[in-house]
Amino acid sequence: MSVLRQAARVAWKDLRIELRSREIVYTMAFFAGLIAVIYSMSFPAKPDLVRAAVPGMLWVAIAFAGTIGLGRAFDRERENDTMRALLLAPIPRLSVFLGKAISIAVLVTAVAAVCTPLLALFLDAPLFADPLPLALVLVLGAIGIANVGSVFAATLLKVRSRDVLLPVILYPILIPLFVAGTHATEALIAVVPDPDKAWYWIGFLGIYDAAGVVMSLWIFESLVIE
Amino acid sequence: MALDQVQVKKLTKRYGTERALGGVSLELTAGKLTALLGHNGAGKTTLLGIVSTLVRPTDGAVTYRAKGAEVLGEDVRREIGMLAHASLCYGELTAHENLELVAGLYSVDGDRAALTAVLDRVGLDAKARDRVARTYSRGMLQRLALARALLTRPSLLLLDEPFTGLDRDGALALGEQLGALRDAGAIVVIVTHDLEAIAGKTDHVAILRRGQLVFEDRGAYTYDSLKDLYHQHAN
Amino acid sequence: MSNKAIPVLATLSAIGLVVTLWLVFTYAPFEPVLLFNQKIFYWHVPHAFMLFLATTICGVSSLVFLKKRTPKWDDLALATAEIAVVFGAAVLITGSIWAKAAWDIWWSWEKRLTMSLLLWLALVGYVLVRRFAGASADRLAAGLAVFGTLGIPFIYTMVDKSDRHPQAGSGGNVMTLTGPMKLVFWMSVLTFFLWFLTLVMMRVQSAAGERELRELREKGLDAGVLS
Repeated sequence: MSVLRQAARVAWKDLRIELRSREIVYTMAFFAGLIAVIYSMSFPAKPDLVRAAVPGMLWVAIAFAGTIGLGRAFDRERENDTMRALLLAPIPRLSVFLGKAISIAVLVTAVAAVCTPLLALFLDAPLFADPLPLALVLVLGAIGIANVGSVFAATLLKVRSRDVLLPVILYPILIPLFVAGTHATEALIAVVPDPDKAWYWIGFLGIYDAAGVVMSLWIFESLVIE
Repeated sequence: MALDQVQVKKLTKRYGTERALGGVSLELTAGKLTALLGHNGAGKTTLLGIVSTLVRPTDGAVTYRAKGAEVLGEDVRREIGMLAHASLCYGELTAHENLELVAGLYSVDGDRAALTAVLDRVGLDAKARDRVARTYSRGMLQRLALARALLTRPSLLLLDEPFTGLDRDGALALGEQLGALRDAGAIVVIVTHDLEAIAGKTDHVAILRRGQLVFEDRGAYTYDSLKDLYHQHAN
Repeated sequence: MSNKAIPVLATLSAIGLVVTLWLVFTYAPFEPVLLFNQKIFYWHVPHAFMLFLATTICGVSSLVFLKKRTPKWDDLALATAEIAVVFGAAVLITGSIWAKAAWDIWWSWEKRLTMSLLLWLALVGYVLVRRFAGASADRLAAGLAVFGTLGIPFIYTMVDKSDRHPQAGSGGNVMTLTGPMKLVFWMSVLTFFLWFLTLVMMRVQSAAGERELRELREKGLDAGVLS
């Protein structure tokens, strides 16, 4: 399908640029690491408290680092007005959205991949108790953030207060995602893990993502074209 | 299908409470170079934005035709080439990589020979072609931008202040290129303040003021007559 | 039509308000656990209903606006969002008062309060975006409204599943009301619905009027009559 092929082209262009400069990955990873350190230092080292707080900490770190990375990734398209070039191309505009969303999803997953072991290390938290479902939770979360994030970051490209407006718009929309992610993570790392609960919230995330993607596909063009 | 006619009918654009364009109607035809003049904020960029399909009009419409038949959607975008103040190229990619990307997006020939040919045509230094675009000078970047626009063989060429940042020679050279494209049958629309660069090359002059079309005429204008017209109508 | 509808609705709402208040304080019986304090329920819940109604209307008209770009849909979205913020604030404040009366705390993460808070936050975000995003504010806010409304079922499920607070003495489910309480409650809902309609229509009319004024001014400028 040409939509997917062109989306892959856009995504590959982004990833290639990022691999070359590694600017966003380095700065976001460092930022995520800093958040992990700050959290670790602000909590007393009592195992039960830590276990209870870690899922929330992880997702807040992903939220912050993810939003900053999102803003920065789209800022790149401002530099030489290349977003205009993409929208001008004879490709479905949805491909532009999908391509950007894919590359952002990869970016946010990378952030999560940095945050998780760091938090596990600093707080002695058993985040790797059940790694595969946790990875799934993180990937689904990344997809959700990338989906809504790409739609709005693209629309905000030329807006003056975009740095503050992006979180203002994104966070209310993403609340179900963060809560679901926290619950799922919590269920996976609990002293007595609760796989049923974890898979319930994973399912929730899956449906949330699906609904979000369908809506984005429906309204992306009407949002992004002035 | 190469576009040969673009009809702008009663185009209005409001941004919130501000009206950028009010009921502008124009016709653009193949093999004609249109100069769109006016002060900053007169609506020239907005008009270009709507014609390039990047901005949705509040009212009115633009119709694109090729041999009488209407052209829509992606097919229109395929025919559009744009040259703006920004280069529309990725700083982290080389000239070749940028052009390869464009070739892929526009489904045109993107092999080495084709890219080399167009880069030769715009005169981009051969040694620079494998360096990332961020290292280019302004003039080189403009050449890359022009190569990008030419690669897809557009029949509707839209230029927004293309001469800014170019020295006199560069501006004149670009003016020559645009004249050549016009002669080859393209529809060329230039928004500019550089009257000298387009003097004698225009087939159609349109002046906007506060979102309205206040002057329109067909014909070639000399630099002095352009200056007079501008002072007379753009204020 | 709209010229007559607003005064009529306003009058009806005023009458309804007087009647409802009278009924609440004289006719509605005391609820067994909270007695007099429970009566705030007749204010709190209808406002919550209107909050949800307003949010949904905002979301749907935002979607239509994005697709069609006709200003009247944007006017409706803006009007319902602003009014939803007001009604939402009322829900949260009365909910807080109720919580203090019922559980002796000023806030609880009880599921309905939580849900109202989350919706209210999205709506406040909408109003902020409208004010500060400049020229593309209408599109951006519409996008927020669309995704926010899409999220309502997810928020509901999420809040329902994470509910950590019992409903003790809070008046329970409105569907199980009987007799006098039921009458007063639905009377109250009707009143606040009329009030909601009045406010929305007034706001939409005001926005449409602003636009008409702007367009007339443009015509004047174009004709050279104004400067």
